Amino acid sequence: MEATHDLIIIGGGPAGFTAGIYAARAGLDAIVLDAGMGGGQAATSPWMENYPGFDGISGFDLMMKMKEHAAKNLPVIEGALVEFVRKEGDTFHVNAAGTGYAARALIFATGADYKKLGVPGEQKLLGSGVSYCATCDAMFFKGRKVAIIGGGNSGATEALHLKHVGADVTLVHRRDTLRAEKVLQTKIAEEGIRLLLDMETLEIMGDTSVTGLRLRNRKTGKEEIHEFAGVFVSVGVEPNTELARSVGVETDKEGFIIADRGMRTNQRMTYAAGDVTGGLRQVITACAGGAVAAMSAYEDLRTPYWA
Amino acid sequence: MSGDKTWPNGTMNVNEGEFKDFVKKYPRAIVDCWAPWCGPCRMLSPVIDDLATVFQGKVAFGKLNTDENQKLAMEFGIMSIPTLLFFKNGELVDKQIGAPPRPQLEAKIKAFSQ
Repeated sequence: MEATHDLIIIGGGPAGFTAGIYAARAGLDAIVLDAGMGGGQAATSPWMENYPGFDGISGFDLMMKMKEHAAKNLPVIEGALVEFVRKEGDTFHVNAAGTGYAARALIFATGADYKKLGVPGEQKLLGSGVSYCATCDAMFFKGRKVAIIGGGNSGATEALHLKHVGADVTLVHRRDTLRAEKVLQTKIAEEGIRLLLDMETLEIMGDTSVTGLRLRNRKTGKEEIHEFAGVFVSVGVEPNTELARSVGVETDKEGFIIADRGMRTNQRMTYAAGDVTGGLRQVITACAGGAVAAMSAYEDLRTPYWA
Repeated sequence: MSGDKTWPNGTMNVNEGEFKDFVKKYPRAIVDCWAPWCGPCRMLSPVIDDLATVFQGKVAFGKLNTDENQKLAMEFGIMSIPTLLFFKNGELVDKQIGAPPRPQLEAKIKAFSQ
């Protein structure tokens, strides 16, 4: 029988690492399980300028610092892809990469994965011009025409990254204004990144590799074809809630876990933090959620609110 | 296989010059194409190192830094990393793009190794 911890934190991104630091420092016997090597989606961000204390840092570097910080406080177990979670009495049993763990409380910091566009050509041309990671793949498009689809902070940051490595960049967005913060919008303009606004993507074209995009202007209804050698998709995320839902945790209509101000879910002794709960989906808010969730778990383990 | 073809111990870094010999030398070879700035690559890398010991003597594992070997990366049409290239007797037979969960990858390599 595995030893029962106070708390298991599933997911080693900003939320999970911060939860771990707070839980351990409060005196809880806690562990973090991460499917990979930690860092989550944040680790794929080319550059961040809005995490206080760092006026510019790559997502990877910031997350490796957080991991190191967390690991000084509690065990961070890498390569621990959680297969299932099951509740027996007051104990949660978690199986990860063939090893059993048990705890009295759980924090779901399982994050989110990039969303697909869901248009023809996208699946077929993955790796042949379609990419979801500008940080990883920008270099292969030096001097070539690329489109980035999505006008949020991620899309804008990735467009700038592509421009900086020397790609010829066009940003395609569904609406008439970008959602990205003003500073990023200004940089986009300064860098001469072309905008195609009010454009819905109908198809990623190409046989063996990407040749272009078929778009529809949402105002005029007209279809247009634009040539590109690469298409980077940055249209939001899909929360990873399967494990949470398997123990009865409720999600909202967009699929994010519903958590209260204390990051408590509808299930006793289960908490959620970070992108899996939706909202602003920034590293800073994920960290905040992680800290709150850990302190709620601490309170509930020490003095149960229902007792 | 003839006895002189000793299998590598763990993963081997291969560059443009060594690449062709490497994939021809072993009946089954997998090359992990990566770059230092690629987060998912860095997550996949330790998994590959470990699988190299699991499949020791069945599959040879190489790592290709696409930043330092851009010509070769282009030759194989790599536009997304991580990409795993699967070679049977020197012939490219399959590609795996992205970093799949380990069990899925292990099953795929197991099938490939036979």
